[in-house]
Amino acid sequence: MATTLTARLDREWETPHNLFGVLATVDHKTIGKRYLVTAFVFLILGGLEAAAMRAQLSGADKRLLSPEAYNQLFSIHGVTMIFLYASPILSGFANYIWPLLIGSRDMAFPRLNALSFWIFLLSGLFIYSSVLVGQVPDRGWFAYAPLTESQYAPGLNMDFYALGLTFLGLSTTVGAINFIVTFFKLRAPGMSLNRVPIMMWGTLTASVSIVFAMPSLTVACILLWFDRRLGMHFFEASAGGHPMLWQHLFWIFGHPWVYIVVLPAMGIVSDALPVFCRRPLVGYTFVALATIATGILGFGVWVHHMFATGLPSVAMTFFGAASMVITIPSAVAVLAWIATIWYGRIVAKTAFLFMAGFVVLFVIGGVSGVMTAAVPYDWQLTDSYFIVAHLHYVLVGINVFAVMAGFYYWMPKMTGRLLNERLGKWNFWVMFLGFNLGFFPMHIAGLLGMPRRIYTYPSGLGWSTVNLISSIGAYVFAVGVLLFIINALWSIRRGAIAGPNPWDAGTLEWSTPSPPPAYNFAVIPTVRSRHPLWEDRLPPEGGGRSSFSDGLTIPEGRETVETSALDAEPRAVLQMPEDSLWPLILASGLTALFYGLLIVGPVLAGIGLAVTVVAIIGWLWPSERELLQLEEARP
Amino acid sequence: MTAVPAQERDLHPSPAPLPVGGRESRSPGRWGMIWVVATEASFFAYLLFSYFYLASMARGAWPPDGVPELKLSLPNTVILLLSSGTMWWAESSIRKGRAAALRIGLVVTFVLGCVFLTIQGIEYSHKHFTPQTDAYGSLFYTITGFHGAHVAVGLLMIAVVAVRAFLGHFDRGRHLAVSNVALYWHFVDAVWLAVFTTLYLTPR
Repeated sequence: MATTLTARLDREWETPHNLFGVLATVDHKTIGKRYLVTAFVFLILGGLEAAAMRAQLSGADKRLLSPEAYNQLFSIHGVTMIFLYASPILSGFANYIWPLLIGSRDMAFPRLNALSFWIFLLSGLFIYSSVLVGQVPDRGWFAYAPLTESQYAPGLNMDFYALGLTFLGLSTTVGAINFIVTFFKLRAPGMSLNRVPIMMWGTLTASVSIVFAMPSLTVACILLWFDRRLGMHFFEASAGGHPMLWQHLFWIFGHPWVYIVVLPAMGIVSDALPVFCRRPLVGYTFVALATIATGILGFGVWVHHMFATGLPSVAMTFFGAASMVITIPSAVAVLAWIATIWYGRIVAKTAFLFMAGFVVLFVIGGVSGVMTAAVPYDWQLTDSYFIVAHLHYVLVGINVFAVMAGFYYWMPKMTGRLLNERLGKWNFWVMFLGFNLGFFPMHIAGLLGMPRRIYTYPSGLGWSTVNLISSIGAYVFAVGVLLFIINALWSIRRGAIAGPNPWDAGTLEWSTPSPPPAYNFAVIPTVRSRHPLWEDRLPPEGGGRSSFSDGLTIPEGRETVETSALDAEPRAVLQMPEDSLWPLILASGLTALFYGLLIVGPVLAGIGLAVTVVAIIGWLWPSERELLQLEEARP
Repeated sequence: MTAVPAQERDLHPSPAPLPVGGRESRSPGRWGMIWVVATEASFFAYLLFSYFYLASMARGAWPPDGVPELKLSLPNTVILLLSSGTMWWAESSIRKGRAAALRIGLVVTFVLGCVFLTIQGIEYSHKHFTPQTDAYGSLFYTITGFHGAHVAVGLLMIAVVAVRAFLGHFDRGRHLAVSNVALYWHFVDAVWLAVFTTLYLTPR
């Protein structure tokens, strides 16, 4: 019976191994892996851009790069890392892991998931196609008006920026909605809210933040493009506009975004760190609540990016105070991790090292953050290398190090093979030392008065030594990333076989084979505790034992179980969509639309819009299966 | 691909059968639409924020060309509100299984929406400023234009759902597409109230 069940599920869920399957698949695991690879490629591109800048800055009066090239490099570096790497890589993990983590067969909207990936890929290519015409965005990743207005930036550079980010925002938004609905509707029976892994709380909080924050960036970018190409005046003071409007709109989005790219990463650590400490996370409830609190408070701190713009002191006092308050939930999480390590029995695998490094860098980045939350201190430091150091400690420390831990932890699930531990330890130490060598001296460069975004500096200012050290550190860091790539490529083919649960972890994804079958779970598990696989050794939580053999099998077509939002009681059988080309067609239509807008070509834009509309109608038109059911339900 | 034989089906080895599809009012499709509306509402909130920000920073009179007239916009507001009513009637009809009333309701809503856009167009043609005149012109046309675009999208959705209604796709238990389009339409009307209040009433 078991064989026939899995054979039947295989037939229903397997994507055909042909070109149609490649373009039409809606399997969250395939989409997740595509997200991870694409985002990692952008990380490498952003890293190469940084390497060019560090070569230029390694000594005084260097002329490797022209000022114009340098402007383009630091702008595209920021855009790449912040928009095309930091958030998508976390979406990649979440896409792959979430359904496995919650005992579901897919995400709530599998086709939307495919759409989200295709838009991410095509909008990334859209932004990078600026390289082909030599008009790369060149006004910084936060693109302050009025420098971005057409009279000061006449090329297509900032049109690629404004349209590209609007385009990418669609991917981020539909992805976020998919996560939110999946969180509330698709958890396995019995996985009540108090049993949800922290990574899901992190991604949920980030997703809700995206829903409310992303439109601010979209509005800002659309208004900018209207100013540039339709002759409007939103940011132009001479016609009644105001450049500060851009800063408000950008940072109302921008600061929640910081938490959007770190909360899911903090969630990865909150779930994986306890596995290597051989105990549950200390303070689950506090960490979950701190995650949500950070997301909410993240909407009330945006003005701290604007302390030097001459705002009223009441506003600055309020936002300075709010920026200090937000450290409290972060500190709760840090203390929970430290306590987990403290009370745990450490297994110092590479994943653990990356997470321990993450905690150290988080503390350093957090402290430099509190320093800049103090208004008078910020006045001294703003737009200096101190800020560059701070933001890299936060984004590399809390994002990249958690992502590396995530790869070492979950890649065995994805590929079925372990990464090499010996190379892994080299990988960690080279990255950790390289990072600190590269970025800690930037604090000092900033305190010595070095402004950010200068393409060179004269000798005799005392900046040469710290910059040389920074450049050396940056290259050491790059070698560390290279070691990871080597390890990953080697281990995919030659790594030790992982088996279903190589880390003896406690959550649902480790109950499946590595890699999991297309349908994830033959039997939908029933969850009775926070760590279903650790119930044999933890004190019972009072709800009985979780079950992996008795439960719903629903093998008639692509189906999974819908459960109630709070207690995850089974409510209905959900029919899931088949593989579909519509997501790719829709994303292609949007691509044509955005290129049409870029060249202000109504014909191309019109074709793109028409394709988009047809694709949406075709997508939503009921399938034959649904029409058949309707026919049968008729009296 | 096997067809599903009946609305409810026994699930081995679960003791109680689960309905296939379940209640539409709490289905993922419904939740998805609610969150789409949430992010769209934020989009308009940021547009209106831009309006109030630039208004508060204005040095001269605001609005520069005087307060916009209510002669066309007030009746137009009534028409849009009326269309929300007909949409509500269409949706509640199909909930009771009345397919004919659904069709009538959708068609009437569609016509009212078209009338709204036409009157909006007439009002545009009476304006003696353009989006390029000044920041106020940019705001006025961008905000009402984005709202108008949402009305147009809503009309397209109503048209598709109306075609499906005439094909007999909906019944008492299956009408999620109708409910979602109705939700979107009510949202577009609610946004108009915010836009109308901001552009036409607050400067008074």
